[in-house]
Amino acid sequence: MASKALHIVFTDDDILMEAVKALREKKIKINEVFCPFPVHGLDKALGIPHTRLAITSFLYGIVGLSVSIWLMNFIMIEDWPQNIGGKPSFSFIENMPSFVPIMFEMTVFFAAHLMVITFYMRSRLWPFKEAENPDVRSTDDKFVMEIIVNDDNIQDIAELVHENGASEIKLIENK
Amino acid sequence: MSHYESHIRKPLITGDKTYHDVTLDVVKSVEGKANKSWWIVFSISLIAFLWGLGCIVYTISQGIGTWGLNKTIGWAWDITNFVWWVGIGHAGTLISAVLLLFRQKWRMAINRSAEAMTIFAVVQAGLFPIIHMGRPWLAYWVLPIPNQYGSLWVNFNSPLLWDVFAISTYLSVSLVFWWTGLLPDFAMIRDRAVKPFQKRIYGILSFGWSGRVKDWQRFEEVSLVLAGLATPLVLSVHTIVSFDFATSIVPGWHTTIFPPYFVAGAVFSGFAMVNTLLIVMRKVSNLENYITLQHIELMNIVIMITGSIVGVAYITELFMAWYSGVEYEQFAFLNRATGPYAWAYWSMMICNVFSPQFMWFPKLRRSIMFSFFISIVVNIGMWFERFVIIVTSLHRDFMPSAWTMFSPTFVDIGIFVGTIGFFFVLFLLYSRTFPVIAQAEVKSILKSSGEKYKLIRLQKGDDAKLYDKPEQEPLPDFSSKSNSKINS
Repeated sequence: MASKALHIVFTDDDILMEAVKALREKKIKINEVFCPFPVHGLDKALGIPHTRLAITSFLYGIVGLSVSIWLMNFIMIEDWPQNIGGKPSFSFIENMPSFVPIMFEMTVFFAAHLMVITFYMRSRLWPFKEAENPDVRSTDDKFVMEIIVNDDNIQDIAELVHENGASEIKLIENK
Repeated sequence: MSHYESHIRKPLITGDKTYHDVTLDVVKSVEGKANKSWWIVFSISLIAFLWGLGCIVYTISQGIGTWGLNKTIGWAWDITNFVWWVGIGHAGTLISAVLLLFRQKWRMAINRSAEAMTIFAVVQAGLFPIIHMGRPWLAYWVLPIPNQYGSLWVNFNSPLLWDVFAISTYLSVSLVFWWTGLLPDFAMIRDRAVKPFQKRIYGILSFGWSGRVKDWQRFEEVSLVLAGLATPLVLSVHTIVSFDFATSIVPGWHTTIFPPYFVAGAVFSGFAMVNTLLIVMRKVSNLENYITLQHIELMNIVIMITGSIVGVAYITELFMAWYSGVEYEQFAFLNRATGPYAWAYWSMMICNVFSPQFMWFPKLRRSIMFSFFISIVVNIGMWFERFVIIVTSLHRDFMPSAWTMFSPTFVDIGIFVGTIGFFFVLFLLYSRTFPVIAQAEVKSILKSSGEKYKLIRLQKGDDAKLYDKPEQEPLPDFSSKSNSKINS
């Protein structure tokens, strides 16, 4: 089905925030906003739920810690226990203090890298990915808002954003 | 609105800058052509790098015997350089992670270059253990990989193996932290690029960053969590580097003060290197409005504080050697201060403890030339610190018949100079192809910390509108359906 969208350009983050508030008051759904920098409070104003990436990072960290414990227990205690400089190496708990540095490093390694990979996957970012911002100025100093419209509400929405300081309003027809 | 900052705080972005001005100022060095002085410095660095590369090839083909090492001193310049470079790397993470957690906005102008410096410095550091292996093509043997010898595993009790994990975690985490922050800025360059080749390259580098609200929300969360992870990480890295020495039984090495003392020293030398690089870069790339005198002054204060911590550590070491009653320990420190390497010890003391104290004087720490001079002095001093710890502890060991001195060969010197060259080659290439300032982040603080907006608020009060009335295109008429086929 062919859908129509308005691409509305704002020149300032403060104007954008005012417009977002005005649109949200009228219960108009804002489909996307492309910004050149993180506008603080915009996600809240748009009603976007908070990201759960920090939780994934915590879980990945637990995985890293478990992997490091398993790895060092297998290598140093089970597979080939050795007497190294008289240091106790015949039970995990006795040998554990010298495993702490690597337990920590692997926790951080897993927590950091897997979280970043999750972020890249969720936000669809990877090399050779084509950019999807509709206007090249949206990485410089313009803010582009996208609202899916239909023939009934298009003029009302356009008028509302125009009143709230939109500098350009364009109609995009998706096939 | 949400932008509020007291007038008393000095502006972090000076001049009459708008969002678009920030873009233009940051891309200028990427889109413009390199000037003559860039080419001169680049050529010198490249020659130094190639000379170092030659010395590395010579070492690998002939063996470690080409270095000045002897039976008594088995570790010298290689490990000194390793620790020196790792230490320099620490400032980048400190600036981007610790200052992010403390919400210090002044980090934003310098974090990109400081992180670049971190990565380039850690690359140099990583070279030394690999070269010192003698058979660098077997470097993967430090990893716990199943093999045909048993499997014969690596020794997880060894601080040298902890180093392998610490340095590789540090390098890789710093790299993704840096790159994630770079995505929006690469996207900005991509979207401005006119030539298809540049557009393609920056398109690949930017991973298709589009700047959606949800992406920005995740971006900020990821930055915060990475900062939270990188802060203990950076402390752990130099702690573990210090374990290379502290867990041994060599007098002068096995002291419990090493971890905090090494970390403070690392931050100290790293900030000095950031100052060295940025004082030049702000001038060459015309970034004085972003990397202001205020930034330099704040970095000087960090140098002063960490330099003082290092000074306290030196004195504590001396005290503990005396207080321990262990005569070997006492000899090691007496020998450092009065033995044949006293010149190195006192150079270290003067460079690291005495010289940063000048920064108590506001006039001196606000002087650009003086800051540059001190930053060089500190870097020299921190190299001597590692040399003093390593060589003076080894050169007079338990048997006087084995006492000796260390003199570097041209290969030792060549490899060290080569890594400095390599570092500057990387940094100079970076400064011409990468957005050297985290421009997206700077834009986000422009209204709260920019001089222009601070002035508006000072004149018109805190509720003043911080934007000009936008130029609006006339409202198009979408109501008649026949007209609605205006494609973009």
